Amino acid sequence: MNAESQFTKKDFVPTGEVKWCAGCGDFSILAQVQKVLSETGKSPESFAFISGIGCSSRFPYYMNCYGLHGIHGRALAIATGAKVANPALEVWVAMGDGDGLAIGGNHFVHAVRRNVGIKGILMDNRIYGLTKGQFSPTSFRGQKTKTAPMGTVEDPLDPISLSLSLGGTFVARTQDRDPKHMAEIFRRAHEHEGFAMMQVLQNCVIFNDGAFDDWCTKGKEEHTIKLVHGEKMIFGMENEKCIIRQGFSPKVALVAEVDANNIVIHDEFAADPGLAGFLAQLNGTHGLPMAYGIFRQIKAPAYEAEYRRQNDEAVAKKGPGNLQKLLNSGETWTVS
Amino acid sequence: MNDQLQLKDLDKVVIRFSGDSGDGMQLTGNQFTSSAAHHGNDVVTLPDFPAEIRAPAGTIAGISGFQLQFGNQRVNTPGDFPDVLIAMNPASLRANIKDLRPAGFAIVDLDAFDERGIKKAGYADGVNPLDPEHTLGKKVIAAPITSQTMAALESLDMPKKDKERCKNFFTLGVLYFLYDTSPDLTLNWINVKFAKKPLVAEANTKALHEGMIYARNSGLFQSQYRVGSAKLRPGTYKSLTGNEATGLGLVAAAERAGLKLFLGSYPITPATTILEEVAAHKDFDVKALQMEDEIAGICCAIGAAWAGNLAATNTSGPGIALKGEAMGLAMILELPLVIVNVQRGGPSTGLPTKTEQSDLMQAMYGRNGESPIPVIAAKSPAHCFDMAIEASRLALKYMTPVILLTDGYLGNGAEAFRIPDVNELPDLTVKFRTNPEGYQSYARDPKTNARQWVKPGTPGLANRIGGLEKDKLTGAVSHDPENHDHMVRARREKVEGIANDIADLEIIGDQKGGDILIIGWGSTYGAINNKVNRYRAAGKSVSQAHFTHIFPFPKNTLEVLKKFKKIVVAEMNLGQLNSLLRAEYAIDTIPLTKIQGKPFTEDEIEVVVDKLL
Repeated sequence: MNAESQFTKKDFVPTGEVKWCAGCGDFSILAQVQKVLSETGKSPESFAFISGIGCSSRFPYYMNCYGLHGIHGRALAIATGAKVANPALEVWVAMGDGDGLAIGGNHFVHAVRRNVGIKGILMDNRIYGLTKGQFSPTSFRGQKTKTAPMGTVEDPLDPISLSLSLGGTFVARTQDRDPKHMAEIFRRAHEHEGFAMMQVLQNCVIFNDGAFDDWCTKGKEEHTIKLVHGEKMIFGMENEKCIIRQGFSPKVALVAEVDANNIVIHDEFAADPGLAGFLAQLNGTHGLPMAYGIFRQIKAPAYEAEYRRQNDEAVAKKGPGNLQKLLNSGETWTVS
Repeated sequence: MNDQLQLKDLDKVVIRFSGDSGDGMQLTGNQFTSSAAHHGNDVVTLPDFPAEIRAPAGTIAGISGFQLQFGNQRVNTPGDFPDVLIAMNPASLRANIKDLRPAGFAIVDLDAFDERGIKKAGYADGVNPLDPEHTLGKKVIAAPITSQTMAALESLDMPKKDKERCKNFFTLGVLYFLYDTSPDLTLNWINVKFAKKPLVAEANTKALHEGMIYARNSGLFQSQYRVGSAKLRPGTYKSLTGNEATGLGLVAAAERAGLKLFLGSYPITPATTILEEVAAHKDFDVKALQMEDEIAGICCAIGAAWAGNLAATNTSGPGIALKGEAMGLAMILELPLVIVNVQRGGPSTGLPTKTEQSDLMQAMYGRNGESPIPVIAAKSPAHCFDMAIEASRLALKYMTPVILLTDGYLGNGAEAFRIPDVNELPDLTVKFRTNPEGYQSYARDPKTNARQWVKPGTPGLANRIGGLEKDKLTGAVSHDPENHDHMVRARREKVEGIANDIADLEIIGDQKGGDILIIGWGSTYGAINNKVNRYRAAGKSVSQAHFTHIFPFPKNTLEVLKKFKKIVVAEMNLGQLNSLLRAEYAIDTIPLTKIQGKPFTEDEIEVVVDKLL
């Protein structure tokens, strides 16, 4: 971050009306992105915002940056091309849970796997909003929606576990009702070189209101835990609970009842993905709390940098391409 | 020259190589092609391989073929029917003997005609495939190719199987002798290719020489043939397949535009070799991305086009179906993008390794909404180079996606490509908008109707574009009815305006008009041209007009059509161009269609046209 950025949040706010529903969690996400980017010292034109289709995908229109509002599910593929073509652009993608994980699931998988230098905000409200209330890949089993009047009969996809299984180099969760935490995650993503996967639990006031209340309203301390690098995993109203290991799974225990050495300590930068995979189970199911923070961040070369490196190598080896020489190469014969 | 053999001069010869897909027929064919081209012949080739990589050996399903025509004049096509058939096994003979010209001959590997081989080819028990009844009375020269090769390599210390593999070079030697062609090019190739395997190089070299000696001394051949040099336009030539030419054309276009080339792609037969060609030129700082699917292939290209690259995507028909939505996005964003469709037999998975021209309507209309995208088509393998540059020119100048149609026949087929002086290639220099003063993202150039290209990152020009309908000037999202009407028409007018910027439709033949005009597009050019030349030589009023630009049509199209009494539209589909011409010009036309996964033969054109004369 640049403490003396010449830009303010206002520089990142374009003219024109924001057309999300009153009370939508997206407003809060937008405000934090604008704020954080204004503090980076980079001009609004240095940023490209790319999206697919959905409520969240209107995001590029609301940033005073370069923006491309694409087609449903394909934002990450478009962004991959833009980033490889111009690695100097800071590319952000806004996607929803349907956009990013259902129709765009294939691109999500491969963008994370390739470690393309994209900051991906997955605005996860566990519902289809723009099409008015159908279940999404992150809706919980049994959730009643217009297309599942008796409740869904499928288990949700967990984007944290998915990203970790793909070797994700930056995997984080935050939520729209904790602006400070969101800002911190966005800041860290801005500084990350590869793909930054940020799941933001985001409340849809119209079609899935209160979906995350357990983890963000009064009493949330009982059900949430913040991942802080180097610290013991302790939570609860009175910090009385902690996470310990039971086999390969986390278990909630009382601090008073366990040996302090058995409380799990978070390590964001662990090279081994085991710990992050273990912590990914803290997703608010099976009596476990919902974890927020960075599950894992490791240094690894970004896809576009690797591509650049190979092209540089080819140029160093063969010299910069010469078209006439290329056309004249191989078996030729002359007709006079 | 050999004293005992009679030497005969020929104008052109068609050879078809046929064997198991592991027999090296493509390699053998390509080697002969290069040598004939060096000899000064005009050569056009067409490989024909099975959809399966290694179907069961010895069966008809496993046959891999390669046909070439070489001559002392422009040959235009790989030829309709072979004069010489090389059949490495009974299945190859069985599948191809009916195509062999009655005056031609087949050379078969007698050693492969054992009980097992004959059975695998599907002949009934006790049948001798070499009996005239099964060779349709055609001349078959049965040479023990495998055993002769083994005998020639007897002194070499290598496994039997490896020795057997050299039989294709033995065969090549036979042909080099028969057609009085120097083997030097192939000998050189062997030495380079097997530089690290000297024993293999020695074996292949020996097999090739022994093949030549065998052809001279075995007594099986009575004649040796000579095909003189063709009078091609002076210049330096190389043999290129259509897909290689397309890839090189894209590289050349980017150089001439001063842009980086970006190809977003996904492997699909028969288009993949374009991606392979482009990926080989990293020294040009090209980006050739093999993505996770067809949609990602075009979408990353759209992102790269937005970022300021010359962007392209290549595929075949099924891939175009998947890319449809994204093509609409590129169209409404008004970004330059080259979309190459190497057409194959459809529908659905269809005939992946065969050729067809049945994606024309898909190119014209295969998107939701009013989505006009220019459509152009290459007419020969080497022409793919020019058309890749033309597609890039139109895309960059008019800020639009452009569809370039080629097909499997062009993509895999090869012909002599005259290497151009790169300074004579079109100048495609582009100007990015950098001045923020008064910028409106959808303001149009009064001449081309194109909007301006702004690279993201440019100071003072931040703007947002997308797939939603946008205001005609500011580019802001607009649902206004009049604005939408205006924009739909403006996008179409822009594309239609390209008609002012392309060459007229040329008449090959009677400039003032005549009895019959045969119209074609794409890869049918050579077959139609050969037939038209034959009619004209016989004094018939038959002319040709061939479309390279289909949407929009050249401005003089109706004028040309009106000059002829009868118009035949020949295409490898059920009449798609025919329908477009009728719809556009309300004229009467006669469709001449074929949809067998194979190019037209002259005879097939004759059957229809003779009736009209």
